[in-house]
Amino acid sequence: MNIVVCVKQIPDPETPAASFKVDEVAKKVIPAQGIAPVVNPYDPQATEAALRLKEAAGTGKVTVISLGPDSARDAIKHALAMGADEGVLITGPEFEDIDNFQTAKALAAAIQKLGGADLVLTGRAAADWDMGVVPLGIAQALGVPCVTVAKAIEKNGAGLKVERVLEDGFQTVETPLPAVVSVSNEFGEPRYPQLRQIMLAAKKTVQVWGANDLGIAGEMGKENRRLVLEALYVPKVESNVEIIEGDTPEEKARNLAQKLRAAKLI
Amino acid sequence: MAGILVIAEANEGALSSISGELLGAARKLAGEGAGTVTAFVAGSEALGKELIALGADAAIVDTNPALQGALAEVYLPAVQAALQQSGADIVLMGQTALGRDLGPMLAFALDTAVSMETVDLRYQGKLIATRSCYGGNARAEVSFKNAPAIATVKAKSFDALPADASRTGAVTTIDVAGEARIKILGVQKAESTGIRLEDAPVVVSGGRGLGDPSGFKLLEELAALLKGATGASRAACDLGWYPPSQQVGLTGKVVSPNLYIAVAISGASQHMAGMAGSKNIVAINKDPEANMVKVAKYAVIDDYRKVVPALIEEIKKLG
Repeated sequence: MNIVVCVKQIPDPETPAASFKVDEVAKKVIPAQGIAPVVNPYDPQATEAALRLKEAAGTGKVTVISLGPDSARDAIKHALAMGADEGVLITGPEFEDIDNFQTAKALAAAIQKLGGADLVLTGRAAADWDMGVVPLGIAQALGVPCVTVAKAIEKNGAGLKVERVLEDGFQTVETPLPAVVSVSNEFGEPRYPQLRQIMLAAKKTVQVWGANDLGIAGEMGKENRRLVLEALYVPKVESNVEIIEGDTPEEKARNLAQKLRAAKLI
Repeated sequence: MAGILVIAEANEGALSSISGELLGAARKLAGEGAGTVTAFVAGSEALGKELIALGADAAIVDTNPALQGALAEVYLPAVQAALQQSGADIVLMGQTALGRDLGPMLAFALDTAVSMETVDLRYQGKLIATRSCYGGNARAEVSFKNAPAIATVKAKSFDALPADASRTGAVTTIDVAGEARIKILGVQKAESTGIRLEDAPVVVSGGRGLGDPSGFKLLEELAALLKGATGASRAACDLGWYPPSQQVGLTGKVVSPNLYIAVAISGASQHMAGMAGSKNIVAINKDPEANMVKVAKYAVIDDYRKVVPALIEEIKKLG
């Protein structure tokens, strides 16, 4: 099975709120000093799913694609160190500040340039914009079904059996291939790259493609966004907290219970 | 022609709560000049009348049985038909299992865009949607270059209007369903003990700061005493300390109880996004600088292992 995994590099979502700053004029996040960007936390699960499917089949190829600045190579390297076979970096000024519609188009074009894929895997969403729309966009562009928020994936005849996460439980579905599947955090721990794998990854091929290589230059660029960013800001929080006093934890607990009772909250 | 199409949802013949909330949002936009409100629902004609009572000017009911419990791809042509019939240039749906797929699918099919997990909407000659991003650290306001503007709305972002049976409007039926390429083999409800997290008047949640999974036993005891439910932060769920079905946050459940007790939760924006609507927040945390302490009404700065057992004893004494 030919599997493509799409990964994204994002600002570290564990960045403390105090270090998180926005340039409201440029409508951009100011990178926090000394906090390196990371692989979107959902993406290693997608890579893990690809590797498990390849291992179960005993054959196949896993190609990892990332769209982003040159530093997005690190996100590709991470997947290669986990065991993916090859990488593709889509980069260039045309991709700056594009929206998720354009991102999906670019990724789909790259998948087609690779000769198509039996399965495209992504994380359930990127933890920066937190939209979860790109997998559905890739599927639309490729004309294939999309199964979202998968917690388990297995080969089932010519298709796949996928367990999906719902608000109040799980759903098992069967999809024909080719398909796009987005993978959720419930999938389970992704493997941690071992030193030997990291060394091997350095020797793996990473192709670099620009908008012209994909024949999509005319559709990229901020001016072709369909989702217009009107404003980006940090919401203000006003604190009115009452710190419960007491000499011991027990006394504080007692005072809290009395406060809550007085306020008829318990 | 302008207007708003609301994609309502029904479960076993009853409208789900998001349907009323979406109509509440649509009526607000209509008041701001966005046009008339048409509601779409899959099911029986009776649901159409309920949607009118909740604020729709007209309702389109798709009676095709293939839509019941179906995935978004089956809904797509039905919603497109309703969109054409209504002439709407704004589409609102819930950030639900259906909406989170249908919103993007509709947007990509119509060469437009979607605002996911929208928390606020306003109409100023065009739709402007507010959504939280960067794990809740930032807010983005977006508009749409092409029509229709599509937004999936997060639960409890808007209030439903009281049902008014005297409201009138046309209810029409259609019979459209798409092809199901993906087959549903089965559905399994998550096992949860006690009250559903989303419905609980009191929620006691724990985070990574609990130190180990045993801390949740204490929280469950406190929650049971207060007739509430127990939740967890994503960090705690990712560590395997508590079932993901009980996760409160951006990627988990959205709760707005009367009392939310956050134990050893720092208040990363990911978690805040799921509980910021709580009426009264109590933080129990060792760190006075924790974000959760700042947003709380009452905070106890101390070790939860000592505070929570004492709190349980005291509440028992108060009876």
